[in-house]
Amino acid sequence: MDWLTTVDHKKIGILYLIAGGFFFLIGGLEAILIRIQLWRPLNDFVSASTFNELLTMHGTTMIFLAAMPLLFALMNAVVPLQIGARDVAFPFLNSLGFWTFFFGGVLLNVSWFAGGAPDAGWTSYVPLASPLYSEGKGVDYYVIGLQIAGIGTLIGGINFLATIINMRAPGMSFMRMPMFTWTVFITSALILFAFPALAVGLVALMFDRLFEANFFNVNNGGNTVLWEHIFWIFGHPEVYILILPAFGVISEVISTFSRKRLFGYSSMVFATVLIGFLGFMVWAHHMFTVGLGPVANALFSIATMLIAVPTGIKIFNWLFTMWGGSIRFTTANMFAVGFVPTFVMGGVTGVMLASAPADYQYHDTYFVVAHFHYVIVGGLILGIFAGLFYWWPKMFGRMLNETLGKICFWLFFTGFHLTFFVQHFLGLMGMPRRIYTYLDGLGFNNMNLISTVGAILMGLGTIAFLINIVITSMKPKNAAYDPWEDGRTLEWTIPSPAPEYNFAQTPLVRGYDAFWKEKMEGKNAMTPAEPLGPIHMPSPSILPFIMSIGLFIAGFGLMYHQHIITIAGLVITFGCMFTRSVKDDHGFHIEPDELHDKGVKA
Amino acid sequence: MMNRWHILKRLTPLLAGMVLLLSACGRADLSALRPQGPVAEEQFGLMKLSITIMAFVVIVVFVIALYVIIRYRRRPGDKSIPVQVEGNHKLEIIWTVIPIVLLVILGVPTIKSVFGLAEDYSKDPNAIQVKVTAHQYWWEFEYPKEGVKTAQEMIIPNDAVISIEAKTADVLHSFWIPSLAGKIDTNPGGNVNKMYFKAPKEGVYLGKCAELCGPSHALMDFKVKSVDRASYDRWIAAQKAPVALPADKQLAETLTTNCLSCHAIGDGTGWAPNLTGIGSRGTVAGMLVNTDDAKYENEGTVQENLERWLKDPNEVKPGNKMGKIELSDEEIKSISKYLADLKIEY
Repeated sequence: MDWLTTVDHKKIGILYLIAGGFFFLIGGLEAILIRIQLWRPLNDFVSASTFNELLTMHGTTMIFLAAMPLLFALMNAVVPLQIGARDVAFPFLNSLGFWTFFFGGVLLNVSWFAGGAPDAGWTSYVPLASPLYSEGKGVDYYVIGLQIAGIGTLIGGINFLATIINMRAPGMSFMRMPMFTWTVFITSALILFAFPALAVGLVALMFDRLFEANFFNVNNGGNTVLWEHIFWIFGHPEVYILILPAFGVISEVISTFSRKRLFGYSSMVFATVLIGFLGFMVWAHHMFTVGLGPVANALFSIATMLIAVPTGIKIFNWLFTMWGGSIRFTTANMFAVGFVPTFVMGGVTGVMLASAPADYQYHDTYFVVAHFHYVIVGGLILGIFAGLFYWWPKMFGRMLNETLGKICFWLFFTGFHLTFFVQHFLGLMGMPRRIYTYLDGLGFNNMNLISTVGAILMGLGTIAFLINIVITSMKPKNAAYDPWEDGRTLEWTIPSPAPEYNFAQTPLVRGYDAFWKEKMEGKNAMTPAEPLGPIHMPSPSILPFIMSIGLFIAGFGLMYHQHIITIAGLVITFGCMFTRSVKDDHGFHIEPDELHDKGVKA
Repeated sequence: MMNRWHILKRLTPLLAGMVLLLSACGRADLSALRPQGPVAEEQFGLMKLSITIMAFVVIVVFVIALYVIIRYRRRPGDKSIPVQVEGNHKLEIIWTVIPIVLLVILGVPTIKSVFGLAEDYSKDPNAIQVKVTAHQYWWEFEYPKEGVKTAQEMIIPNDAVISIEAKTADVLHSFWIPSLAGKIDTNPGGNVNKMYFKAPKEGVYLGKCAELCGPSHALMDFKVKSVDRASYDRWIAAQKAPVALPADKQLAETLTTNCLSCHAIGDGTGWAPNLTGIGSRGTVAGMLVNTDDAKYENEGTVQENLERWLKDPNEVKPGNKMGKIELSDEEIKSISKYLADLKIEY
């Protein structure tokens, strides 16, 4: 019950981790099924239509239901601690964001049992996704499930913007913010601008499908290219929404375990902002073959290539953070160090793709599949692993097992390169993406086999991680405040796991890497910025959970044209909103004399 | 300094070797790495340029990363605190400017090529005009000037520019012949995309659909056959010549009611693939390869393949629009036999 009503950002972080982890396993299972189908030519492990469902759900699940929430898990667990805040700006909304994401994700996956998952690709291009060519309910689940989950993400993004702008501890100016907080800040801003585009696109597609509207129906004056524009105006920034926080994690981890401050902090900040900005300017590079004409293709080519510049700045800054440092190879740092060259490989293929005439060859082939997995798995997932190993003690009070961690790293890392490196060549040799089978004798056989073996290794790596979690959770909670001993930022000044009020006294920040600065002056704690006093806490609430269930029910009503159910669902949701609006709830206080019972240890 | 040049000297043959390796990758009639025409060659040129630049970047990063990882690992018991360097403006400017220079080197030929490949030959009287229409899951090739329509196999002369106007009859597809030219999407409605290519070497090239278009997306293959001008002219003439129905009245009747309501043979009309000369095509349905020496599951003689197709088209290409036609085994045999004999000489 406590978990259903919590508004504590640390607990919500754990909820995000569990839900995101669960969907990651589902998406991973789908990936392995895809690879089993492709391990040899003309295989009939799954049928053509099941394969299309698998590939659609793999993409959708991994992007929206695994990668995003795992990032939100880290953001929730860490950002308020890094900026010296007692919570996020809107704790109630934070909980609402989680539950809408969760029920949106559940709704999407219900489609497997309701007679067919969506099968038009995660991009859901019309006309294939239009009611004319996709008659089942699959794509309906896609539009409504993602719509509900998207609300959660948008709420979360706004919440973190407000938190980072308003709730920084005294003395923490923007240019003293830890790099992870900076990247979360920019990511949240991207969410604020990108997700409404997705919401609008999904509403339009929903109207086409449920109410016979004609936004994308060419026969009645609609336009299919319009969907591609709307999707990618959201979809391209989405890639940066995903990767920027990973950049932040890597910056923290590398700097900590090199025992050195981040090289070129201000240029890192500048590069992050620039990447965020350029991320919105390049969506049409997904559409070079659509026929937008040479002027558009040339402009988007060049704009895309420009992103390589700030990204390059980041890469070299990381390398020079390690340069001259004293590098300790914990599992977290192995993931972070492994990230750098891997991400560079994904980045350079991105520049190759940016060259439009060459992209006429790469587009929609396994070259692209290889490229974006290098960026998203080799970048984001390695980043998330690094972050989880790094902050696990702060989240749970226990250190993950290092030996198992290293096994996980090597299995996952080798498996990853084995899976995706050869796919570059498959693409160039003429293998289109999203094909459920390929003919024998085309020269694709060996590389597909290698790729499948790699995918299985990645699966084993993930299992090693799960075992690690289980083993760790049976150990006592005895992690130190600063378990890595080289902690540089505020989250390492408080107990592990953090008490529910985070900081008994708000710390006074006197410079970049606030905790390190104090340590270098011989202190082992922050100077408080306020006297010890009663701490105001928000009350837990079940409303977010019920509101999300309302939306979930309304979603079903819409899909099956049972409008009474739709209305009932919406009444639940709006009823909760009304209750929330009229009921005064000022929260409660934790008095100073209670503080010692609540997790503070000497 | 000497040392660094030494590394470069060693890397150059490595890079050269890699480019060679790349150009040997895949089948010559399929791989984008073994271009067989000027358009694909131009695209391959850009690929080589970008791969070289990118390999350079990757190697630099790898070398620095390896050096750092080995040189600066923490020794056991090391409690020393490294110098907390804030940054270095000179270095940071260097790694901002170098990428910009590299991008200019790549950007200029890119833009030149974008405009070069967008040239419009659709009004050029010397070019062969082909209207490509993509269907779930087959390709229609119409030669408007010659008044010829065919399916699945596009015959072209090796001495002319081929000007393509591509659109779709249903969902999005993408027209792609890797060894001759990059792809272009086929959009519905009045949204017609143009591209051109040349195939100076005679031969058969494999084409594919590159945009997810439904269950049988994977099986939407086609062929481009480049022949000399005289053969091409003979092919056009043969396509237009009338084709006799089977002499057997019964068979002719079955064929007319069951097949010719959708398909055309000879100068007939129909929305489904044109069957004129189907017996001399390389495949049935684009992916059952016709050969007398079958090695793989999807190979067989023309007649075997036709029989397999007619027995259950959905088993071969799930979700296709033909669906199962109620025919007796005998009828399937005789129709296949008739179709397999529909050969044209060119």
